[in-house]
Amino acid sequence: MKKSLMLVMTLILSFALAACGQSGASNNKANEGAANSGANGTTNNTANGGDGATSELSGSILAVGSSALQPLVDQVSKEFMDQNPKVSIQVQGGGSGTGLTQVSGGQADIGNSDVFAEEKLEADQAAELKDHQVAVVAMAAVVNPDVAIDNLTKDQLVQIFTGKVTNWKDVGGPNQAIQIVNRPSSSGTRATFEKYALGTKTDDLPGAIQEDSSGTVKKLVGETPGAIGYLALSYLDESVKTVKYEGVDATVDNVANGTYPVWAYEHMYTKGEPNEVAKAFLDYMVSEAVQNDQGDVVELGYIPISKMQVTRDADGNITK
Amino acid sequence: MSAKTADKVATFFIIFFAGIIVLIMAGLLGFILVRGLGHISFDFLTSAPETIKAGGGIGPQLFNSLFLLVLTMIITIPLGLGAGIYMSEYAKPGKVTDFIRLIVEVLSSFPSIVVGLFGLLVFVNVFGFGFSLFSGALALTVFNLPLMVRITEQGMASVPQAQKEASLALGLSKWKTIKSIMLPTALPIILTGTILAAGRVFGEAAALLFTAGMSSPRLDFTDWNPLSPMSPLNPFRPAETLAVHIWKINSEGLAPDAPEIAAGASAVLIITVLLFNLLARWIGRQLQKKFTATK
Amino acid sequence: MAQSREKHKIKQHIIEEWTGKIFTSLCIVLLVVTIFSLVYFVATKGISSFFKDGISLGEILGTQWKPDGEPPLYGALPFIVGSFSTSILAALISAPLSICAALFMVEIMPKIGRKYLQPTIELLAGIPSVVYGFVGLSVIVPLYRDIFPGQGLGIAAGASVLSIMILPTMTSIATDALAALPSGLKEGSYALGATRWQTIYRLVIPTTLPALMTGVVLGMARAFGEALAVQMVIGNAPHIPHSLFESASTLTSAITLSMGNTVMGSTQNNVLWTLALILMLMTFVFVFIVRLLERRANR
Repeated sequence: MKKSLMLVMTLILSFALAACGQSGASNNKANEGAANSGANGTTNNTANGGDGATSELSGSILAVGSSALQPLVDQVSKEFMDQNPKVSIQVQGGGSGTGLTQVSGGQADIGNSDVFAEEKLEADQAAELKDHQVAVVAMAAVVNPDVAIDNLTKDQLVQIFTGKVTNWKDVGGPNQAIQIVNRPSSSGTRATFEKYALGTKTDDLPGAIQEDSSGTVKKLVGETPGAIGYLALSYLDESVKTVKYEGVDATVDNVANGTYPVWAYEHMYTKGEPNEVAKAFLDYMVSEAVQNDQGDVVELGYIPISKMQVTRDADGNITK
Repeated sequence: MSAKTADKVATFFIIFFAGIIVLIMAGLLGFILVRGLGHISFDFLTSAPETIKAGGGIGPQLFNSLFLLVLTMIITIPLGLGAGIYMSEYAKPGKVTDFIRLIVEVLSSFPSIVVGLFGLLVFVNVFGFGFSLFSGALALTVFNLPLMVRITEQGMASVPQAQKEASLALGLSKWKTIKSIMLPTALPIILTGTILAAGRVFGEAAALLFTAGMSSPRLDFTDWNPLSPMSPLNPFRPAETLAVHIWKINSEGLAPDAPEIAAGASAVLIITVLLFNLLARWIGRQLQKKFTATK
Repeated sequence: MAQSREKHKIKQHIIEEWTGKIFTSLCIVLLVVTIFSLVYFVATKGISSFFKDGISLGEILGTQWKPDGEPPLYGALPFIVGSFSTSILAALISAPLSICAALFMVEIMPKIGRKYLQPTIELLAGIPSVVYGFVGLSVIVPLYRDIFPGQGLGIAAGASVLSIMILPTMTSIATDALAALPSGLKEGSYALGATRWQTIYRLVIPTTLPALMTGVVLGMARAFGEALAVQMVIGNAPHIPHSLFESASTLTSAITLSMGNTVMGSTQNNVLWTLALILMLMTFVFVFIVRLLERRANR
């Protein structure tokens, strides 16, 4: 019986070893590929007057928060770690609320958030945090492909989302009941949509669907007849139909010049001044390599900060 | 209706409903495997996930799931065995024992999301382990312990009383009796049950969302030092497991082949659980044959 | 010489005994401590919304859930109703199926049952909940949307997914209950000339009913606590639905939906912990009911 126990343990161990053995092989390949682009990145950095000391950086930091920002931070962190092999960056999801909680409580070095800290934290807690705006995320209203509508005005959207209009024919579409696919009321994405597309908060209507994840929203809008929802630009594809807002297309240029107002900053907060590693990472996030047209920001569907011709503060005031 | 006809009709319905269950099962398995099997390849099983490009894999997540399982079992098995042995051998019938049994039952019915939240509060924040394999293993232990206790109790109860009494009569201490006589005899049942429990732990997601985390850092698989942050063996690093990864891909997947990856990962998960089940049954049968000399 | 060897053996014996007792007792103590701390932490966070944020019990039991309203309202009744409806409905669907499966395995065709049905059911138990949720969203929701009036999502979809998830639990308890019946009773019934069905229906089931009910209640408890699978198919509108096919919410889905978006310490976050507390309390109630049933079974 002892032998059988040994056999089982060996099996489990060898399974594990096999898995990592192969992962090691392909990881090495990935490492090599990344090292090449990493080399390019370092040249860019030094060309832009980057710190010569970056390759000596060591330490580990934790970034927690928004799942909308996570893909960007994840990808950029990998590049950063390639250039600084002694640095380890952990990126977690969990939502903007979790991110703000953790950075405010000191458990995370960086808190990723879709909303200004003042909107979720108490004033004194928010005052302790330093805001680093790293990208802009824009969102568009989407409908089920069967709904023959190209454009919705602000009023029409408000009427739909407050339940005053319940059939597509009242806004110029087919005779089809409207099915709202919303986000939960605590979601940063919804807060952005309500603030800048609707101009008013809306109630959770009976019969509306709520999902927190963009993937599920996209699936539901694409499959449910008469559905309407809203998604960040990076999620738009053929399975859903994008509608214009007030006649304006949701494109990067329209967001940058301020004609398309449905957008929000992606924030990376630190408690007070960031430490050395975090500062280097944050600097890298807003550097040319990441923010230019071939960089990660555009690749993942966000809009570079540098492209924005307008700015907006926590209260929503726009300045050109 | 005569009694005989009623008997036939009832028998038909019972078989019919039992058959429906098998059909549902087959349909479920078929749906997942058909959608997912096509996407599984060696590359898929070993490469890291891609955020935005197609062609990502589930390598680190698969490793994480297995490693987390091993970690959890290392903690759970001794604890579960100890507690189970106490309940079956040392506990005196009475209010205290009843109370402990109540606790075990309550723990086994706990919603997994509450265990996960507890893990967030205690392991991640208060104890400061952060989002890590260790936090996840502890959360899963809380979840798994009642099951282990029950399995151990069942196993110990299956040992013939006569064997136990003979051992004690020969002068062996109670603990030695348990260790050298009863445990080996109970091993088939305990081992089978443990492997089945392992299968369940493998598929757990809700308790891990807030404890082991939703990301896996860059792993250097040539680094075997458990203390270094890049090592896959470091238990204090966040570790997204397969089940959590499926959840994340379905929710936030940006890659163009996200549905295929989710389907493939689900298929891998199910096949692994199937393997666990088959392994458990096979080992149980082998051990049974060895111990009882039946064919 | 022999005497010191004797003494040594006795000493060893005593050490062994104590090792055994201490080790196992420590394990049990750890178990008890774990659950106490579990209850303590969830309870303190959950109660804080009453004491720190000044929400009354009446408000929690209200029907309006508007955390962003002026004033914010935290009525959790829609979630409670949703949780109960899905669990009860799931149990109703699953109970007859599981009893039939158990009957099949114990009474009708034990050999085939043990060989094919049991592994099938064990396999069902091992399928992770995320997979169930996804299958529910891909298969059951579109199906219901086409067949029944409504959105496809909602309590019916949630209950359907849950019923399959709790089937293994109910079936294994039912099987154990049926197998534990002394065969003497059944043989007596057959000897008196009863058919198999009459024996089952007049003797086996009534006698094992408390044990069978235990299985049903434990299954309900499982369904009550399931989070991920339900969240994907239930729609999540924080309202009490008017039909089985209208978007609804459960306690678990509300927690998973909003926990990550709220800041720890804020009122909404505290109320979510209160929901978790309600979940936990219901677990206690379920176990209590099971205990009562077991006591009746042993009488």
